[in-house]
Amino acid sequence: MNPGAKREPIDWNGAFKEIISGGVVRTIFSVLLGFLVGALFMIASNKDFLSSITFFFADPLASFRAAGNVVAEGYGALFKGALYNADAQNFNSAIRPLTESLRLAGPLIAAGLGIALGFRVGLFNIGGTGQMVSGMIWATFVATRMDLPVVLHFLVAIAAAIIGASLLGALVGYLKAKTGANEVITTIMLNYVMVNLFSFLLLNENLLQGATAAGNSKSDPAAETARLPLLLGEGFSLHLGFILALLAVGIYWWLMERSAVGFRLRAVGFNPSAAKTAGIKVERTYVLALALSAAFIGLAGANQALASTGGVSPSSHSGIGFDAITVALLGGSSAPGVLLAGLLFGAFKAGGASIQAAGISPDVLGIVQGAIVLFIAAPPLIRAIFRLPPPPSTTVLQSLRSRLTNKRGNK
Amino acid sequence: MKLELKGITKRFGSLVANDSIDLVVESGEIHSLLGENGAGKSTLMNVLYGLYQADEGQILLDDKVVKFAGPGDAMAAGIGMVHQHFMLIPVFTVAENVALGHEPTKGFGALDIEAARKQVLEISDRFGFKIDPDALIEDLPVGVQQRVEIVKSLALNAKVLVLDEPTAVLTPQETDELMGIMKDLAKSGTSIVFITHKLREVKAVADRITVIRQGKVVGQAKPSASTSELASLMVGREVGLTVEKNAPELGEEILRVENLSVLDDRDQRAVQDVSFSVRAGEILAIAGVQGNGQTELAEAILGLRNPHGEKGEIFISGKSVKNSSVRSRLESGIGYVPEDRKKDGLVAEFSIAENFMLNGSFSGPFTKGSNINFAARTKLAKQLIEQFDVRTPSAQTPAGKLSGGNQQKVVLARELSREVNLLVVSQPTRGVDVGSIEFIHERLVEERNQGKAVVLISTELDEVTALADRIAVMYRGQIVGIVHGKTDRATLGQMMAGVAA
Repeated sequence: MNPGAKREPIDWNGAFKEIISGGVVRTIFSVLLGFLVGALFMIASNKDFLSSITFFFADPLASFRAAGNVVAEGYGALFKGALYNADAQNFNSAIRPLTESLRLAGPLIAAGLGIALGFRVGLFNIGGTGQMVSGMIWATFVATRMDLPVVLHFLVAIAAAIIGASLLGALVGYLKAKTGANEVITTIMLNYVMVNLFSFLLLNENLLQGATAAGNSKSDPAAETARLPLLLGEGFSLHLGFILALLAVGIYWWLMERSAVGFRLRAVGFNPSAAKTAGIKVERTYVLALALSAAFIGLAGANQALASTGGVSPSSHSGIGFDAITVALLGGSSAPGVLLAGLLFGAFKAGGASIQAAGISPDVLGIVQGAIVLFIAAPPLIRAIFRLPPPPSTTVLQSLRSRLTNKRGNK
Repeated sequence: MKLELKGITKRFGSLVANDSIDLVVESGEIHSLLGENGAGKSTLMNVLYGLYQADEGQILLDDKVVKFAGPGDAMAAGIGMVHQHFMLIPVFTVAENVALGHEPTKGFGALDIEAARKQVLEISDRFGFKIDPDALIEDLPVGVQQRVEIVKSLALNAKVLVLDEPTAVLTPQETDELMGIMKDLAKSGTSIVFITHKLREVKAVADRITVIRQGKVVGQAKPSASTSELASLMVGREVGLTVEKNAPELGEEILRVENLSVLDDRDQRAVQDVSFSVRAGEILAIAGVQGNGQTELAEAILGLRNPHGEKGEIFISGKSVKNSSVRSRLESGIGYVPEDRKKDGLVAEFSIAENFMLNGSFSGPFTKGSNINFAARTKLAKQLIEQFDVRTPSAQTPAGKLSGGNQQKVVLARELSREVNLLVVSQPTRGVDVGSIEFIHERLVEERNQGKAVVLISTELDEVTALADRIAVMYRGQIVGIVHGKTDRATLGQMMAGVAA
């Protein structure tokens, strides 16, 4: 440290700008704005409000009251259905919504991590659906057509789902590496292929169709031994899938932040030319990245195939493959971000029913989700349109720390 | 036309790019704006050209205050600018390019290309440019393309012409021709602002020199001032423009290239049948004007490009590496500093520490099993930052935030800290401040003295003559000749234009 060096004043203005342009605050604002947009739709579709608007000038308060009521009711129902039901008879039923949110968040988190991994390597994997279905096919095969002892059975089924999905991901990567085929196109097309292949398999009783399917494309329920164990006993449907998703968050964090492989994945994502010059095989990295990406998505597929007690159908992927893109975007492709985003969207899924029970269309939640991502994506969009410079990429903490402990910068 | 800038201040956030700069360019004067990269020359000219609005200060043309909302206003007021990267459409003819933006028309808006041709011929004759108005831009040599840019400005009646680093892409001969043109233009009354950081050119052509450092005018000088005087004004201290070095102590042959041909991105043969060898303890410079195959040659040595045809061979310490991967070549002892460090040498978003690790993620001190060894990395990063004098707040600062010189030091530190016996260094000081240039040159000579083989690829003759033990000159993909490091500039210049020594 040079004692004679002039210490620069802390640039609060710059620091503030960095906070504003940084991910976390923008994400929180986006979520709030998303809820605001949702509220507007609730109000606009509310009968009381619409009738009160006709005599708005006679009684403006009535309109505001109606608007306030419907929003409070809607989001109240969401809270009740997704977190805690204060009106319930006992604690178990009061807490059940929360466990439901966690259960539904599990596959969203796992698949979100998969998509996020792709983002970090500069790849846009739209094939969540196809890769999930690929995982479900293998998991269903193991769960309904194989006879294995308890514990081992569901472990093998999960492994099969992960491998099945990652093989499909690797295929996409291989096509990209060998022929330059854009992964966006190939993954979208493979979605159709896989969903219809699943249908096909589920329509033939010699293949995966269940004994009681009666001509429908549906499988047998997963064998008891293959089912994901419940975590809180019979009263709750929360199962091991959520724990596996948490485990996946840990693995993802280690992989991307701590491991040498993750370092190479990130290097390729940021700057493929520099990675190539540093001796990293970029094409091979793409194959690896898409296989790993699909592996996480395969875990979500296992979750769908092994948790249901009634057998799976081609639609059992529940659109998670697409929701995962939203989760990854909202979570900023970081491990904790994806975890939180997955929990939020799990809560939305869990709360849908009670919102409907309150007389409000659950589609409002879809609007909220869409609006959140739109607001998150909008700043770059707006920058692109107005050709504004990008915000500084460092975090505020780094900037503050560097200014406070400025040792060499101002010689 | 007389141009006057008064107290121009331009801030970008907390950075003051121009700090109340005063500049007077008299009518018919060649005024050199001298400064390191990042000193604020380009910002100042962009203010003048209306691309930026000054925060404070005035622009005066013939003593009248003017305000430019954009380049259109500046052009209309008689200011022309020739950018370092030409703004020409390659598939258009000269006349079409000159007419672009203010196309003369006949009835019903039909293009009157004949008028444009006449205008090109008229300007071309007036200054002896020898430009064919019907030639396609892509068929013209770079030097002529630059003249087309000048004609473009003159066609708009430019009275003040700004030339931004015009000689960066020219051969020495073309540079001399350009200087002649500049003098002719000045004689006819055009004022010229000549931006550069090459001292030799400034001394040859300027009437007056203004030196800018860190956004401020630090001094005015006459072209009669000595080179070292100008250089010290630029960097604020005396700099040695030559590097002390002894006669090379040659060791065994490290790199041998035989009959190598390489294709460029457009599948054109960029390197043709090139052979040379480099021994331990010497610096072989590969000189030549940019785009004569040097880039492709360097990339082929590292394995980023495959040799074209069966004949080509590359040996490192006697072993053929023709079929080895980039990684195995790096691990077998090649240190590589790419020409475009931002694109190929660094990951801008990565921290300095992460960039040190960029080609060391497979094994070695940065790794511990399949984990990154964070403790070792932090320690090594601190060491290298200290050792290579990288000016940065911390090892965690993203490399993209550093200045060009410091970025280059990061790349150099990474490559020199590995166990290598061959260094392939492309344009090591491009866009680097004078202080860092000196440091980088000294380090390269040090590596040579320690018995490494160094291949230095550079388009800067000063750099080549200062460092090289032997000089190979490339022209159109071929090595015109390999000559001694003390060869004089005139000979080298001729070789760079394709004349064998």
